[in-house]
Amino acid sequence: MKIAVCVKQVPDTWAEKKLTDADRTLDRESADGVMNELDEYAVEEALLLTEASGGEVVAVSMGPDKAEETVRKALQMGADSGIHIVDDSLHGSDAIATSLVLSKVLADKGFDLIIFGSESTDARMSVVPAMVAERLGVPQMTFANKVEVAGETLKIQRQTEYGYDEVESSTPAVVSVVEKINEPRYPSFKGIMAAKKKPIETVTVADAGVDAGQVGLAAAWSQVDQFSERPPKAAGVKIEDDGSGGVKIAEYLSEQKFI
Amino acid sequence: MEFTAEHEQFRKVVRSFIETEINPYVDQWEEDRIFPAHELFPKLAAIGAFGLEYDEEYGGQGADHSYTLVFAEELGYTTHCAGVPMAIAVQANMATPSLHRFGSHDLKMKYLKPAMEGEMVCSVAISEPDAGSDVAGIRTRAVRDGDDWVINGRKMWITNGTQADWICLLARTSDEGGFQGMSQIIVPTDTPGFSVGRKIEKMGNHSSDTAELVFEDVRVPVTNTIGEIGTGFQQQMMQFQDERLVGSYMAAMGARRALERTIEYLRMREAFGKPLLANQYLQYNLAELIAEVDMLIVYNREAARRFANGENVTREATIAKLKVGKLARQVADAVVQYHGGMGYAEENWPARYLRDVRLIAIGGGADEVMLRILSLLEGMGKK
Repeated sequence: MKIAVCVKQVPDTWAEKKLTDADRTLDRESADGVMNELDEYAVEEALLLTEASGGEVVAVSMGPDKAEETVRKALQMGADSGIHIVDDSLHGSDAIATSLVLSKVLADKGFDLIIFGSESTDARMSVVPAMVAERLGVPQMTFANKVEVAGETLKIQRQTEYGYDEVESSTPAVVSVVEKINEPRYPSFKGIMAAKKKPIETVTVADAGVDAGQVGLAAAWSQVDQFSERPPKAAGVKIEDDGSGGVKIAEYLSEQKFI
Repeated sequence: MEFTAEHEQFRKVVRSFIETEINPYVDQWEEDRIFPAHELFPKLAAIGAFGLEYDEEYGGQGADHSYTLVFAEELGYTTHCAGVPMAIAVQANMATPSLHRFGSHDLKMKYLKPAMEGEMVCSVAISEPDAGSDVAGIRTRAVRDGDDWVINGRKMWITNGTQADWICLLARTSDEGGFQGMSQIIVPTDTPGFSVGRKIEKMGNHSSDTAELVFEDVRVPVTNTIGEIGTGFQQQMMQFQDERLVGSYMAAMGARRALERTIEYLRMREAFGKPLLANQYLQYNLAELIAEVDMLIVYNREAARRFANGENVTREATIAKLKVGKLARQVADAVVQYHGGMGYAEENWPARYLRDVRLIAIGGGADEVMLRILSLLEGMGKK
C-alpha cells in the first residue's frame, strides 16, 4: 500500500498566535512551528497501516522553508520519504489554492490512500481533505476514528456527534482522521538518526504544473480586511447567593445559550 | 561539546515525552511513594532513552556520550521532581555500565538487553547497613559452591529496590580484604533467598522507591559475575564515574530550571506596589546563583566531551558531583526563601525541590568522599 500523509506546520498550539501588520497573514516568526497535532495522528495511522501490511509512506507538506522541519518529523516518526512544496508565490494561499496545489502534486503518483488530520490548529476549517478528494475525483472518507483496508476496499468509522457511522469506499481515497483513532508515537533516537538519510523532494508551484496566478494572497477567495488583538480577559460575573443563586446561575447560562 | 540539529531534535522529543508521560503523574507518584517503572520504562525505551551509548545488539542505541548528556540535562530540567529522573538514571547509567563494559555476551543478552528494552527494571547495590562511603568495608559475601555463588548479606538505600528484576550486586568473593577480592554479580530478584527487607521512607525523592535488600543463601551461577572475579571494586569505581557525571548533568539543569521558575514567580507576585522581582536585592542574588549554575553547566559539558573522547574523567566527575551537591542546596534555599510561605507549602514545587536536592550531596558518593578523592588526586593525604 502506498500512502501519502499530508502534514502542516502550525504555530505551537499553546503559543499566542498573531497576524502580521504588513499583509494580515499568519506571523510565523512569533511562535515556534510544530507539526499540526492532528497530523501526528494521520502519520501514526499511515505507519500502522503499512507496518501491518507493508507499503510505503510519503509525507507531504506545503509551506515555507521552515516547514521542512515538519516533513522531517514525519520521517523521524517512520515515514519513508517526503515532499516539500515550497514557493514564494504560495504565501497567503487559502484552502482552495492549497487543495489545488496538493491535488496536483498527489495526482498520478499511485497513492492508495491520502491521509490528513481532520483540521489544523491555526486555520481550523476542516475543508482541505474534502477539497483534495473532490479535485482528485476520489471518495472522501473524513473524520475517521477507525480505518481498515482490505484489498481495494476501505472501511472507516466516521466520528459523529452521537457516535459513529460505518462508511465503505473503494481505494484510492482521501481519509481525514480524528484524535480518537490512535496514540501517535514519539520520534525515537534511531528514528531521528534514520531520518537524516531519508530523501525530501522539493517541489515548486511550476513543478506541480500550477499557474502562480492561481495561488497566493492575491488569488485568495477570502481576505482579511482588519483584525484586532484578543481583548484582555474581563472579570467574570459574580452571583451573590441570597437564596436565589441557583436560579440566577441558570438564567445566566440560559442567556449565554449554554442551556 | 557541540550540539547538532539531531541533538536538539532528541532534546525536544525527551521534553515532550516528560511533559506528557511523566509530569502529569508526578504528584500521584510522590504520594504513592513509588512510580510504576514497569509501565514507564518500556515507553522510555521506545524513544531510545536507555542504553544510548550501548551496542545495538544489547538493546542500545549506538550513540555517543553527547546524547546521554542531552537526555540527562533534559530529565533534570523538565521533570517536576528528582525521584523519577534518579530512578531512570539508575537503569540507564548507574546499574548497567559495568555490565555493558565487562559482562559476557550471554549475560548481556539475558539482562542488559531486556533492561534497555524497558522490560526489566534493575538496581545497583553497594551500600550496606554498616558500610556506605567506605565501600571497602562491605560485608556481603558470595561463597563459591561448585558452579554457583551462595550469597549472604544486606544492602541499603537501593533505588528501584522494591520493583527491580535484577540487581547489580557488589559482594566479597574472597578474603583478601580492602579493595581486593570483590566481584560484581547479577542477582535476579526471583531467586530463592532474596527478599526486600523493607521499603525505606525518605525525606525526599518520594516518587522513587528505596529499599533494604536481604540475601539469605541466594544461589546464582558463577557465570553471573560481571567481568573478572575479584575486580568488582575497580569496575564499580568506573561505574561511579557514569553515575556522578549523569547526576551532575541532571542536577545542574534542575537548578537552572528552579531559578527560571522562581524568576517567573517573582515577576508576577506583587509586594509594596510592584513586582517582587523589581527588588534589586533579589535580582542580584538570583544573578549570582545563575552565574554559578552556568559555570557548572559549561563544566559538565566539557567533562562530557572529555568522557566521550575516552579520557579518564575521575577528576571532572568528582568536581562536578561535589559542586552540584553544594550549589543545588544553595539554590533550593534561595528558591524557598523567595517564594515565602508559598515555598514552604507542600502544595507548591519549591518544598519538594528543597527536599529532593538534599540527596545529591549524599548519594552516589558523599561530598566528603568527593573531597577525599580530589585530595588524593592532588597528591594530598594517603590512600
